[in-house]
Amino acid sequence: MDFSPQEIMVAAAAREIRDGEIVFTGMRLPLIAFALAKQTHAPRAIGLFECGLVRDTPAPELLYTMGDPPNIAGALWATRMINIMGLLQQGAVDLGFIGGAELDRFGNLNTSYLGSPESPQTKLPGSGGAADIAGLSRRLVVIMPHERRRLVERVDYITSPGFGSGRGWRERVGLRGGGPGAIITTLCVFGFDASKGEAVLRSYHPGQSVASVRAETGWDLRVGKDVRKTDPPTAEELAIIRRLDPEGFWTR
Amino acid sequence: MSKLTTMGDAVERFVPRASSVVMGAALESLIPFAAGHELIRRQVRDLTLIGPISDILFDQLIGAGCVRKVVAAWVGNVSAGLGHNYRRACEQGIPQRLEVIDHSNFTISLALLAGGLGAPYLPTYSLLGTDIPKTNPTFRRSRSPFGGEKILLVPPLQPDVAILHVQRSDEDGNAHAWGNLGISEEAALASRRVIIVAEEIVPRSVIVSDPNRVLAPSFKVCAVVCEPYGAHPSPAQGYYNRDHEYYHDYHRWTQTAEGNAEWIGAWVAGVKDRAAYLEKLGRDRRQALRLKEHRYAAPVDYGY
Repeated sequence: MDFSPQEIMVAAAAREIRDGEIVFTGMRLPLIAFALAKQTHAPRAIGLFECGLVRDTPAPELLYTMGDPPNIAGALWATRMINIMGLLQQGAVDLGFIGGAELDRFGNLNTSYLGSPESPQTKLPGSGGAADIAGLSRRLVVIMPHERRRLVERVDYITSPGFGSGRGWRERVGLRGGGPGAIITTLCVFGFDASKGEAVLRSYHPGQSVASVRAETGWDLRVGKDVRKTDPPTAEELAIIRRLDPEGFWTR
Repeated sequence: MSKLTTMGDAVERFVPRASSVVMGAALESLIPFAAGHELIRRQVRDLTLIGPISDILFDQLIGAGCVRKVVAAWVGNVSAGLGHNYRRACEQGIPQRLEVIDHSNFTISLALLAGGLGAPYLPTYSLLGTDIPKTNPTFRRSRSPFGGEKILLVPPLQPDVAILHVQRSDEDGNAHAWGNLGISEEAALASRRVIIVAEEIVPRSVIVSDPNRVLAPSFKVCAVVCEPYGAHPSPAQGYYNRDHEYYHDYHRWTQTAEGNAEWIGAWVAGVKDRAAYLEKLGRDRRQALRLKEHRYAAPVDYGY
């Protein structure tokens, strides 16, 4: 079966959502992953959107942003952002999704400055809600394109914290949330070694291999003992994704 | 008392050079683009822009040379990617250098909430361990006096003016907004003055029939502007949808400084007001953004 890298990323992201969980949905691909999970294995999942929305049904149309009118129609709650962030800080969010421009092996993300903040080579948009979601969600999943220049040994700037410099760092700095559980890229899925706080290759997507992932990774790749091929999206999942994004704006 | 006026008059009187201005408080919806374009046409300089994400409005004001400082969580183009003008300003000083005070969405909410509460600061566990405090020198690291936990202290922001786009208002600035509110209430309460830009002006009786839907007390409001489609290309729930293509056109057009100048010429400087902008946008395009269906809320009974 033919599918795009974004389609397998959406399917993999949806599988990270457990039924009944409260999910901070983020932007772009995770918006579709939430809708997919709702229609398959996690019908009781609840989505939080930082603009000030809570939903227990997927939006009726493709969302370009979380504030699109279809996301408000039929919402459980339309409110202030601070209420959503308050739920996050009190520990009510089981799973948060964020994207990133630059990532390191401890799961730290940079979406602020490439180079020095005083004279950046590239000024990226900034945190938005990502730093809050990464710091305060009980579990974090990162979704991003896999390129050697993006997956680096150490990020230039920590916008959204992973495990900092390794095990024990989050506790030392006082962070409440659990940190990253998975990184889903265009090539593979990483899990995390809890004893070191380090990313470990869990599975590579069909068409990829340990070697091809290593070639595109800027740190010394660690490979899980039971590394395997990522399960491709099922026919049902693909059909739902294509119904959600009929023109392939996000997924093609 | 009627505060109804034109956009030009509201901006002229209440947003002088070097003002600090909150815009885009609802995040991706109800962004006051019409007000932002009037600031560009009048070449109001040295502004401090305050907001969570603002979508492309901050990028436009930066590219037009109106901005000295940005206090925000995110500046870019939500559905298309990076903000080219923001990049050029930060990386090359084009059209001018920009001071950036970084926030997250939570801390910008807390800063405005503290401003509205009249509180000295608000504490949070967010942003611990991040580099954001290095590029926001206003934060302080501390420990809770109760449990001793590490915390970050966020000082208040009290902007000169908040420009808020809403669905409807009376002439006095008693305004109804619905949908996700983002930091609209916090912005209104924290700011010294509020400019309300409304899709339509309604009688006071409509507003007081549903006081729970009012954004903030109208004694904060200094001007009310009626500007239908004034949030375009962002959406206004119950009025029109988001014009996604507009954001992507903007992204392509503004890749170079020359392209940006052309874009401003075509869509801002070259149109004298919002009515002219809407004419340029065209009937077909507005038609395409119309609601597909109405979804009215059930009435509530405030009887006693």
